[in-house]
Amino acid sequence: MGRYVARRLLLTIPVMLGASILIFAMVYALPGDPIRALAGDRPVSPAVVQVLTERFHLDDPLWVQYWEYLKGLFQGDLGTDFRGRPVLDTIERTLPVTIRLTIVAVIFEIIIGLAAGVLAGIRRNSFFDNLVLVSTTVIVAIPILVLAFIAQLLFGLKLGWFPIAGTREGWYSYVLPGLVLASGSLAYVARLTRTSIAENLRADFVRTAKAKGLPPRRIIVQHTLRNSLIPVVTFIGADIGALLGGAIVTETVFNLPGIGREVFDAIRAQEGAVVVGIVTLMVFFFIFFNLVVDVLYAVLDPRIRYD
Amino acid sequence: MKLNKRPGALVATALAGAMLLSACGGGDDNGSGSTGGEGGGTFTAYIGEPKSPLVPGNTTESEGAKVIAALWTGLVGYSEEGEVEYSGVAESIESEDNQNWTITLKDGWTFHDGTPVNAQSFVDAWNYTANPQNAQDGGSYLSRIAGFDELEAGTATELSGLAVEDDLTFTVELAAPFALFPAVVGYDAFNPLPEAFFDDPEAFGTNPIGNGPFMADSEYVPGQGITLTRYEDYAGEDAAQAEGMEFVVYADQATAYTDAQDGNVDIVDVIPPDVIESAESEFGDNFINTEVSQITYLGFPTYDARFADPRVRQAFSMAIDRDAISEAIFSGTRTAADSFISPVVDGYREGACEFCTFDPDAANTLLEEAGFDKSQPVDLWFNAGAGHDAWIEAVGNQLRTNLGLEFTLQGNLDFAQYLPLGEEKGFTGPFRYGWSFDYPAAESYLTPLFTPQAFPPIGSNYSFYDNPQVNELISEGDQAATEEEAIELYQQAEDLIAQDMPNAPLFFTQIQSVHTDNVDNVRIDLFQRPVWSEVTVNG
Repeated sequence: MGRYVARRLLLTIPVMLGASILIFAMVYALPGDPIRALAGDRPVSPAVVQVLTERFHLDDPLWVQYWEYLKGLFQGDLGTDFRGRPVLDTIERTLPVTIRLTIVAVIFEIIIGLAAGVLAGIRRNSFFDNLVLVSTTVIVAIPILVLAFIAQLLFGLKLGWFPIAGTREGWYSYVLPGLVLASGSLAYVARLTRTSIAENLRADFVRTAKAKGLPPRRIIVQHTLRNSLIPVVTFIGADIGALLGGAIVTETVFNLPGIGREVFDAIRAQEGAVVVGIVTLMVFFFIFFNLVVDVLYAVLDPRIRYD
Repeated sequence: MKLNKRPGALVATALAGAMLLSACGGGDDNGSGSTGGEGGGTFTAYIGEPKSPLVPGNTTESEGAKVIAALWTGLVGYSEEGEVEYSGVAESIESEDNQNWTITLKDGWTFHDGTPVNAQSFVDAWNYTANPQNAQDGGSYLSRIAGFDELEAGTATELSGLAVEDDLTFTVELAAPFALFPAVVGYDAFNPLPEAFFDDPEAFGTNPIGNGPFMADSEYVPGQGITLTRYEDYAGEDAAQAEGMEFVVYADQATAYTDAQDGNVDIVDVIPPDVIESAESEFGDNFINTEVSQITYLGFPTYDARFADPRVRQAFSMAIDRDAISEAIFSGTRTAADSFISPVVDGYREGACEFCTFDPDAANTLLEEAGFDKSQPVDLWFNAGAGHDAWIEAVGNQLRTNLGLEFTLQGNLDFAQYLPLGEEKGFTGPFRYGWSFDYPAAESYLTPLFTPQAFPPIGSNYSFYDNPQVNELISEGDQAATEEEAIELYQQAEDLIAQDMPNAPLFFTQIQSVHTDNVDNVRIDLFQRPVWSEVTVNG
């Protein structure tokens, strides 16, 4: 197992290098002049354009720019943005916000999604099952942008239960955005769990367990749920990786200064160093959580072995 | 070319539908954490993320400028009518020939770190800002000072036109006479900088030290904001009424507005267009409408054969019913433009633009005379993602209805691609652009838009308009002995421009602001910034 994990972690190095080259090339290929975007609305004199172009190596060919970036990277320097702020500082500032948001969202996904899925799966075709079916369909169908605004206006402004925006009230500020962010995935988790449970309930080993006279709770939790969790864990694992990439819409609407907003602004401003730094980090998260999922398979299903 | 780009505007417009839900609901609960007291209390204000560090010479966009306005006081201030007032650091700004100026400072001004504001603080700051090696956004504001060209060329490191006479006096030599120079120096790019800045310019950007009514209490945190307290040793007349204030960064205007409805942020200086109508009834007296310096134009590519004939440009301008578009698209919050000089500055004349009146019959006659080829559709250019789509399409529809033309919308380019295309004379039809003055003077609406020295990328003459008579009149105006004479000459230039119609002024902009019951005396100045020092907090 240890060797397997080590091998997988080693593999992330070429993957991340490859990803960073790709992202670098894509930012490089973006149309328009980043200096103009930086100066915004005012005309800039040719002398200033030249100074900035040289400072950020913008007139160098792609591979030279990338080499400059790599050289810095090996010295632990992720580069600076156009304003002269180190990218590392930007990540340190914005990542905790996104991590908190992700934690809250995943907790909602697991608690509500799993509970709804299990109950619906056990009582198939009951009123509750239909309720879950209909409500998850509705949630999946509504764009998150709309959900976010409705939640903000209803629970924030009208009812006043949650803060409207910002992070002033600590973890409590993350509850509403976390719920909104989780809503889509939560619906998938519920549906996945329901289907999986329903399937496994008809499986031979469950019939055997029932015939042995095991208590129903033990049949559900030990035999059915554990086996049903594999697709759900896969989904949640991949979802954590995606959520850590930042939720641009949720972070924007609820004014959370997270990494998604940062990378969105950076792409618009063609800030190569920021985009590459953050997106490469996202790639790492994605790979890492997929690895965690693979390891969890072995825990959930003893038949899976990695050595 | 200024266009107040605000982060999140994209999301805001995309969500106009969802935002309709906000039309109801309270907003009166006095939720802000004010502490009260005599002339005390604190308030919060919305800003978008500033694009540059908080250095006056490097801040030319609206959001950072709001913070700079609280932290700095310039050489001169401006009255509500746009006239120069010696309410700032300058005691006097005098010249005999409009070229060699002597600036005398008032005694007793200090920076927030206690060091004195003297002639050296201005000269050093201007030299730094103008030097292209420092890549300051506001550098071009100093281009009238002698020696700027040498700095640009790299043959000098300081502006030769600046000289310190004594502690409180310095002289400025301009490259050419300019009667309105005192009106120029009130702008941010001319603000003084303390010695601390030159020790570490980068750290200064997050820990700014100014000489204004408020001083920084904490460092600026990107994405979050900055807290300010009243500067007790402030030497000016307009000392801060409130004890302190906080700028809160919002990614989206719409969120800031919702937060204001709930009383969590006290001043939102620009609200999203789709809530204007409901905001007016919801906020009542706390809703403020202000006419600002921006003019929206439809520019014509005079280099394009189809638009080379002035009659064609006159016809297009007369075929657009500006009032109808303002009503339909902007809920009446734009004023139909009738001149090239904005009503917020001296020199505006009602109806100065003859061909800005809506007259489809005359327009058709002119177009006929000019022999305009109607078989080809007309391309209408605008920059993407900035909310211009609806009104440009309305302009197109007006042209179709009134002139019988077909049109094609060309709105796929971001600002960063749009401007370079204009520089390369790439616009194949009328194009949208906006302009706000650099300083409150009629001249600021002429030189940067209608003279050959303002051809892009140096300036914003995207029409590539060049009329020697106009140039002559403007330069005579710059050298006139008095302001009255100057304005008269500028108006003569405007009359010629109005015949040539290199662009069609469409709208004068108004902005809509709201504030909570927690604060009073909120006024928006000509630079579209709330006057922070005047804001009072209701205890």
